[in-house]
Amino acid sequence: MMRARGAGLGWVFVLPFLLMFVVFYLGPLLAGLGMSFTDIRSTDVNSLLEVDPVGLDNYLRLADDEAMIKAAVNTAIFVVTCLPLTIGLGLAAAVALNSGISRLPAAFFRLGYYLPHITSIIGVAVAWKFLLEPEAGLVNRLLGLVGLDGPAWLQDQSTALPSIIVMTAWRGFGFDMVVFLAALQGIPRELYEAAEVDGAGRWSRFWSITVPQLRPVILFCTVYSSTGFLQFLEEPLVMTGGGPLNSTLSASLAIWKQFGVGNYGYASAAATVLFTVIVALAVLQLRVGRSR
Amino acid sequence: MNRTRRQNVITYLGLAVGLLLVVGPFLWAGLSSVKPEAEIRRDPPTFWPQTFTLDNYTELFDRVHIGQAFLNSVIVALAVVAGNLLFCSMVGYGFAKTRFRGRNVVFSLVLAQMAVPAIVLMMPQFVLIAKLGMVNTFIGIILPGLVTPLGIFMMRQFIADLPDELIHAARVDGAGEFRIFFTIVLPLCKPAMATLGLITFLGAWNNFLWPAVVAQEESIYTLPVALNILNGHEGTHYNLLIAGAMVVVAPILILFVFLQRFFIQGIATSGLK
Repeated sequence: MMRARGAGLGWVFVLPFLLMFVVFYLGPLLAGLGMSFTDIRSTDVNSLLEVDPVGLDNYLRLADDEAMIKAAVNTAIFVVTCLPLTIGLGLAAAVALNSGISRLPAAFFRLGYYLPHITSIIGVAVAWKFLLEPEAGLVNRLLGLVGLDGPAWLQDQSTALPSIIVMTAWRGFGFDMVVFLAALQGIPRELYEAAEVDGAGRWSRFWSITVPQLRPVILFCTVYSSTGFLQFLEEPLVMTGGGPLNSTLSASLAIWKQFGVGNYGYASAAATVLFTVIVALAVLQLRVGRSR
Repeated sequence: MNRTRRQNVITYLGLAVGLLLVVGPFLWAGLSSVKPEAEIRRDPPTFWPQTFTLDNYTELFDRVHIGQAFLNSVIVALAVVAGNLLFCSMVGYGFAKTRFRGRNVVFSLVLAQMAVPAIVLMMPQFVLIAKLGMVNTFIGIILPGLVTPLGIFMMRQFIADLPDELIHAARVDGAGEFRIFFTIVLPLCKPAMATLGLITFLGAWNNFLWPAVVAQEESIYTLPVALNILNGHEGTHYNLLIAGAMVVVAPILILFVFLQRFFIQGIATSGLK
């Protein structure tokens, strides 16, 4: 009797989630998939009956859209460069903080390194635009002091994407650092002591003990970060708007722009493809990461 | 001994240079925001402000109405925090301490929701909000964020660790499930709710894309949206822009410095469990 009552109430407790999930996530997800097979535009929202099915047209159009292809290439470059950079910086910072320096300074550095991760992307982007400004920016002025002529970082096709990559790694590595730090503290001291007795140097201890012990955490950071990086949008949106000449246009930003001009059907098709790639890549990473 | 000491010095040096690179952009923007525009453009640059001025901030409040956006951000963030504190603990309790058929299936939906990219949901969510007549309203900005999977996850984890005996004893005494939840479980959840509150505040305060989609008039703009509009219009007036950036960033910096323990706890529980 009592169990039966508790059973009914269990559903009541999770109801806020279920309602939200169905109305704001599952429903829109299916609607988005449906929209991707139609010619729906922003003007059709009040007269949904006038929307026509177009089959796979939106998907086929993607393959011929130069901006979309450019966006896919940029996204791939972004993920492939930013991922090792962020994880490498995070690991370096964590190892340095864990190498026996006192607790108080370690806490202080950890605090500082984590800071950019929790600040508004708009605030960060504005601060960086200011740093990278061709004339008045601090970076080019410092370069000028040593006689170098810095480029117009965000207005130059060859330096705009690298600038955004560096900024993203700068902003994100603190998260990886905190995750690595927690894991580093779980590695048994004896492993290092034994290796030291065997005459292993710092570097070889790092590669033969630290890295293998951190494997599950590195896998977590890789999956987590690449899922986020594949969706990168706010950084170029605020800093360059995707330019110059689409050199910083990301997949998500291209979709955002199609959404902005009202091409809901086409944008939904692109979003569906992106979602599929993200899920497939995460599954692949987990498979490869766990099997080895 | 001598060798370890030298290694320590190198480590400290490296860490200090790193810290300068990480905090530098904030420091530079902050110092520049209290310089007059002419000094910002002066060559060679001044590090410490020669002329200290708050003109950039007063212009921001008088002409760009950043005060309104600040207030809007506070309203949105507090509403999202309140919703998450109540609903995530409720749902977390449902998953942790009650048994019902399909519980595991429903819980896997929580995890699934975390994996869906924002851009995929944005258009259909916007169409939905438009159909509900919630475009350009606070409720439209707030509603989709009232229960977050991460919060449910955290609260479930925390409540699962509370002793079952407490709840059993109350059930035997004839207390209803809701009374148990509100009078016994919720008061015990305070530490977890502090972390959850902080994390959701941070997320809501920094949230940019969804408010940018829903808010279409200045009276509804949150801070990041207002700053981005300014960023588009006055790309070269850096004095206003960096002052605006400081207004967005400063409250988070202050919270972070005083409550950093909770932030770190937050990632430890949400990121790795």
